[in-house]
Amino acid sequence: MATDYIVGIDLGTTNSLVAYMQGDSPVVIPGEDGLNLVPSVVALDEMNHVIVGNAARKYLIETPERAVYSIKRLMGRGVEDIQDELKLFPFQLADDLHEGEVLRIKIGERTYTPPEISALVLRQLKRNAERFFGAPLTQAVITVPAYFNDAQRQATKDAGRIAGLNVLRLVNEPTAASLAYGLDKKKNGIIVVYDLGGGTFDISILKLHDGIFEVISTNGDTHLGGDDIDNLLIAIALDDIRGDRGIGFEDDVRRNGEAVARIRKAVIEAKIALSSQPTAKLDVDLPGGKKYQREISLEMFEQMIQPIIDRTVGPCKQALKDAGLKPEQIDEVVLVGGSTRIPKVRRLVQDLFGRVPHTDLNPDEVVALGAAVQANILGGGSEITQDMLLLDVTPLSLGIEVAGGVTDKIILRNSTVPASATQHYTTQVDGQTNVAIHVLQGERELARDCRSLARFDLKGVPPMVAGMPRIEVKFLIDANGILRVSAREQRSGQEAEIDVQPTYGLTDEQVENMLLESYDFAEEDFRQRQVIEARREADTILVALAKGKRNHAWLEITNDERRNVEALEKALVEVKDGDDYQAIRAAIDALNQATMRLAELMMDTAVSTALKGKAMDSTDLEEGPEAGHPVAKADFE
Amino acid sequence: MRAVHFCTSCGKVQPPVPVEYFTFFGFSRKLNLDTAALENEFYALSRRLHPDVFGQADLQERNWSLEQSSMLNDAYRTLKDPIKRTEYLLRLEGVELEEQSKQATEKARVTGELKKQVVPPDLLEEVFELNMHLEELRVQKKLGEDDPALLEEIGKAKLSLEEKYDALLNELKSEWTKWDKAIDSGTEADRRKILDKMLDVLNRRNYVRNLVRDVNEAMEC
Repeated sequence: MATDYIVGIDLGTTNSLVAYMQGDSPVVIPGEDGLNLVPSVVALDEMNHVIVGNAARKYLIETPERAVYSIKRLMGRGVEDIQDELKLFPFQLADDLHEGEVLRIKIGERTYTPPEISALVLRQLKRNAERFFGAPLTQAVITVPAYFNDAQRQATKDAGRIAGLNVLRLVNEPTAASLAYGLDKKKNGIIVVYDLGGGTFDISILKLHDGIFEVISTNGDTHLGGDDIDNLLIAIALDDIRGDRGIGFEDDVRRNGEAVARIRKAVIEAKIALSSQPTAKLDVDLPGGKKYQREISLEMFEQMIQPIIDRTVGPCKQALKDAGLKPEQIDEVVLVGGSTRIPKVRRLVQDLFGRVPHTDLNPDEVVALGAAVQANILGGGSEITQDMLLLDVTPLSLGIEVAGGVTDKIILRNSTVPASATQHYTTQVDGQTNVAIHVLQGERELARDCRSLARFDLKGVPPMVAGMPRIEVKFLIDANGILRVSAREQRSGQEAEIDVQPTYGLTDEQVENMLLESYDFAEEDFRQRQVIEARREADTILVALAKGKRNHAWLEITNDERRNVEALEKALVEVKDGDDYQAIRAAIDALNQATMRLAELMMDTAVSTALKGKAMDSTDLEEGPEAGHPVAKADFE
Repeated sequence: MRAVHFCTSCGKVQPPVPVEYFTFFGFSRKLNLDTAALENEFYALSRRLHPDVFGQADLQERNWSLEQSSMLNDAYRTLKDPIKRTEYLLRLEGVELEEQSKQATEKARVTGELKKQVVPPDLLEEVFELNMHLEELRVQKKLGEDDPALLEEIGKAKLSLEEKYDALLNELKSEWTKWDKAIDSGTEADRRKILDKMLDVLNRRNYVRNLVRDVNEAMEC
């Protein structure tokens, strides 16, 4: 059990990362390209192969209808509430979507639910970790915005399951960041985490003392982030283009996915440049040969984005109020999320809290690093984490709809989780065997202003006279911030069966089906892994053979043998970089066979050990754990 | 007497037994509570009961830890806050309080009227005058008029109410001291009287709070 790796995953709107605890500190696991960040972009190539990450980004421009980004914005939501999103993002809804059905998005000719798309990103991270560890990965901690509601959390858990991961815990992003910070600083005090990412904003206030990370209050906006800044700039660019008589695109630009995608790429580059330069230039090659150019000054940019970043002020003030704290009582402010690199954001935070925010930690990586720390704690902990404990809260009040369409709050927001509440129900009609409960999340008085979480149908109530049954329903919000319901009729002691209809989510059955479908990918993954391993084996042999040729034993074998070995060596070199596992395997075996006598002649322990050592060095392409290379041992002992 | 969260010999987490919150923490039912001790106990128990500690344990232990820690959090949340603590004790002692004030609040909300029942006698005159002022204010707002003198009157009345609100908490705390003594050396009758008094203070405090809320609402719209 102790050797099973548990990783921490930051499943972000714009970028995703996977990290683990290496000794005393968490480290991010890079991808095959050596980069730490995996863009949360999924595309289908012409052959309908799934492409994830950096490689998928070019599809956003070239074939935007075959690519998708910022899918986190759609997790746990229904068609009715994404109408705004649809206007600003190029999401294509499936044509055959029925009302009340789970959201599905078109990528190319295929359709996927948001959890399935997120699962594809998770699978990529899983592969990166497995390649790094040289071992399978089945357990992970995944982060979510603190302000995510139950449906959004459940969708994230579903995504993990579909990707073949056992999600041990969902951790709130600001809390994870505080773990990374706390591990680093080891100071007690009250800290504020201001997390402005690509699509979500969270503010959390925590009390750190003696290794306990206690969240006091949290607030946020799950539809506020860097994406909104990008969309604003895109809208301005489109207006320019429309108004500019030199470029007669007009409405076509808005309908032209490729043009918008190019404009988007340009505004993002400009936005980033303006974090360190006083002006930036938009220079877009529009399809059809026309160009769009515009200069943006820092002053102009800051004026434009003011209303967007001002939206973070309300949640900050509310969080302070809920915590019963004034800005003077805050000891430290930690910035998280790429959007906090914008100087105007930093000034806003400084003004709000009256102190210079802490910017030592990499805002892109800190959440994943914190998740890795939590993963370590869940795995049994190590010396450095043994005194650490996370006490998080539920961000939204949980309520039941009662007569008159009013919400009766049974668990208040900012209650430490796990938290529970018990309610008693009875029947209205003689012989009634079902009781229906509508559960909501939110702070408003009326049920229709709150977020519908699910309808629970309690079945199997023993038929009695109306008003006789005493049904005790227990609502439990677990450490993930997800609701569980159990019920018992107290007079008979009978457990009621609960049928859950999640308002915006997948049923267990649907997730199971998606898991089965994803076994197709598992096949592909397995084959890919086989090819990777075979290539490594091939490299090992070839390097060892190169050494062997400089050994006197090479001269001791016959001419014919030497010619044979070199022919097989050439054959292996030719196939090893291809995708044909069988061919590589066959070439390896043939070369192995042909070099057996050479190996015997080199039976000098010192030489073969040196060969083994050299072989391991040259195939150890990434900094993995120091496992002895099994292939080298097998060949030359 | 405290709840048994862990086996005394092997230290493993135990199935949760429904106990009341004071027992859960090993406290007596005294209302003057050492909040520092409560906090320390909360952290100490959290370190041992929290689901994160049972990440690699079997399913049954994980379920028990989930139940135990939710009980721990619920108990801590209740005992930490003076009003919640008092209300909880009253409920434990069989005093029905929640329904009364809740129903009245419901009714008031639905009819849009100020809660009429249970006007604390010592506030009768003040409430009467305030109601008149608020009515005047509502009429004025409808007509689009603005009367700074009236607003000042209402502002003063609100301040006076807020002072009463704070004073009531102090009154409650002195009842606590009486209660704590009565646990040790009082009769059942003594204790009943104190419970009734505490209920009365709570109700009056709730009434004042609702009144202040209504004033705020009237002044806003």
